[in-house]
Amino acid sequence: MKYKTSVYSDEKNYNTYRSLSKIGRAFVLLIPIIFFIIIVYPFIWMFLASFKTTNEIFSNIWGLPGKWQFGNYIDAWKSGISKYFLNSVIVTVATCLLNLIISCMFAFALSAFEFKGKQIFYTIAISGLMFSPIVSLIPLYQEVQALHLYDSLLALILIYTAYQMPMSVMIIFSAFMSIDHAFMDAAKIDGCNSFKVLTAVFMPISKPIMLTSIVLTAFYAWNEFSFALTFIKTKIKMTIPIGLISFQGEMHTEWSVLLAGLVISAVPIIVFFIFAQKYFVAGLNAGGVKG
Amino acid sequence: MKKKIEPYLYLLPGLIILAVFVFYPIIRNLGYSMLSWDLFKGTKKFIGLHNYSKLFQNKIFLTALKNNIYYIIISLIFQVGFSLILAGILENMKNKRLSAVFRTTFFVPSLISLTVIGLLFTFIYQPTGLLNAILDAVHLSGLKHGWIGEEGTAIFSVIAVSQWKSIGYTMMLLIVAIQRIPEEMNEAALLDGAGGVKRFFYITVPNIKDTILMTFIITTSGGFLIFNEVYVITGGGPSQSSEVMSTLMYDYAFVHGKIGYSSAIGTIILLFSMIIAALQSGIFKSRGKN
Repeated sequence: MKYKTSVYSDEKNYNTYRSLSKIGRAFVLLIPIIFFIIIVYPFIWMFLASFKTTNEIFSNIWGLPGKWQFGNYIDAWKSGISKYFLNSVIVTVATCLLNLIISCMFAFALSAFEFKGKQIFYTIAISGLMFSPIVSLIPLYQEVQALHLYDSLLALILIYTAYQMPMSVMIIFSAFMSIDHAFMDAAKIDGCNSFKVLTAVFMPISKPIMLTSIVLTAFYAWNEFSFALTFIKTKIKMTIPIGLISFQGEMHTEWSVLLAGLVISAVPIIVFFIFAQKYFVAGLNAGGVKG
Repeated sequence: MKKKIEPYLYLLPGLIILAVFVFYPIIRNLGYSMLSWDLFKGTKKFIGLHNYSKLFQNKIFLTALKNNIYYIIISLIFQVGFSLILAGILENMKNKRLSAVFRTTFFVPSLISLTVIGLLFTFIYQPTGLLNAILDAVHLSGLKHGWIGEEGTAIFSVIAVSQWKSIGYTMMLLIVAIQRIPEEMNEAALLDGAGGVKRFFYITVPNIKDTILMTFIITTSGGFLIFNEVYVITGGGPSQSSEVMSTLMYDYAFVHGKIGYSSAIGTIILLFSMIIAALQSGIFKSRGKN
C-alpha cells in the first residue's frame, strides 16, 4: 500500500491511523446527526404546539399536549386559511399551465425553425434569469395599477409566468434540441402543420422535462412572497404566504391557532415533494436555479 | 413551415410577457431613480444622480448595506462551506438508506414557504420561547437574549433562519454533482488506500469545482437580494437595526412614498446582482474555451 510506505513509516503508526479513522468516522457521523436534530426538532415542536392551548404552549413547552386540541385546526381553517389555500391553488395551477404553453412555444420556435435573430431571441429569454423580481417591485406596482390588474390573482399569474419563463425556456429548449429532426420531417410529409408538430411530436417526447418545469414553477408560485405582498390588498384574494401574515395580525394572542395554520400550509408542499422528488432533482441537474 | 413569419408568432407571447413584466420595469426603475418623486407631497422632478449621493450619506442605508454583507459572508460559510462538508459526508456514508433520509430531511426546509418558517422562528425567538427555554435547560441561561427584539442580535437571528432553511438546498446541488463523478475515480483512490477525508479533497472537490462555484454565486447574489426573511421575522427592526437594502427600499416606497429615492436603492441592488451574474458567465465562458 502506498499509504503505509509514504506516510506511515512503521506498522504501529499505521494501526494508530486505522483506529483513529474509526473514531474519526464516528465523529464525522455526529455532524449530520446533530444537524438532523436541528432541522427536525422545530417541526416536531410546531406540530405538537399546534395541538396545545395557547397557555399550554408556554407552561408546557416540551411535553405532549395534555389534551389534543383538534379544534385549533378547525378554527384556523375557518378563519381564513381555506380561502388562502384555494387562491394559492388557483394561482399555482394557472401559472404552471400558462408558463408551460408560452415556454414550449418559445423553445419550439428556437429549435424547429431557421430564422433571422434566433440567437438574439434566445439571449433575451435567458437574460431574464439575471433580473431579480425584487428590483422591479416599484415600477411593476405602477404598471399593475395602470393595467387595472392591481389586487387580482391575474396579476400574480402573469408576473410569476414572466419570471419563471427564462428558466423553463432554457431547460425545454435543450430538450427540444435533442429531438431527432427526422421525426419532424416525417410529420411534415404527413401533412402536419407546425402546431401539430409541436403538440404531437415535440411535447410528448419531452414529457419528463416538461414535468420538471411544472414542478419547479409550482414550488415558486406556491411560495412566492414579495409580489403577492405588494399586489394583493383584499383579504379574500390573498395566497397562503401573505394570508398567513394577515392571519398572524388577527391571531397574535391565539398562538395555537396560528401554529395550526402554519402546519396546514406546510403539509401540502411536503407531500407534493415526496411525490415529485424525481422531477425536482432533475430540475436541479438541469438548471440549478434557486427555488 | 415555409412562411417566414411563423417562428415569430411562436415567440410573440413570451416576448410580450417578458417585455412588459421583466425588461420594461428595469428601465423604468432606472428612470425613477433620477427623480425626486414624493407620492404624498405630489412632487416630481429630475435631479440626476442626487438620490445616489444622498443614499451613501444615509446612515440607515449604510447599516442595511452592512447587513447584506454580513448576510453574504455568513451564508458563504454555511451554504457553501458547511453544505460541502455535509454533502461529502452523506455521499461517503456506508448506510445508503440513512444517508437518503438525511438528504431528504435537510432539503425539506428549503421547499416550505418562508412565511411558515419565519413565523415559526418568531415563536422560537420569543423571550419566553423555545430557544431561551433550551438554553435554560442546558444551564446556559447567560446566553439568553431577546433575539429578534434586541438591536445587537436581530439581524443575526434572521441570518440564522436563512442558513437553517437553505443549507439543504445547496447541499442537494452539490450531492447531485458528486453523483456525476465517475465511479472508477473513487474506486481507484480506494485501491490506493486513500481515506474518506483524502478522497474528499483530492477527488470530490476538484471534480465538482463548477458546482461549488455556482453555489458560491447563487449564495452571494441571494445575499444582495434577500427580502422575505427580514420582512417576515423582524420587519427591519428594532429601530431599523436589521434592515437590508430591499426592505429599506420597500419601506421608502410603500410606507413613505419616496419613489425616486427608493428606486435608487433598487438600481444599486440590480447593479450588485448583475456584477455577480457577469462574473458567473465570464468564469463559465473562459472555462468552456479551455
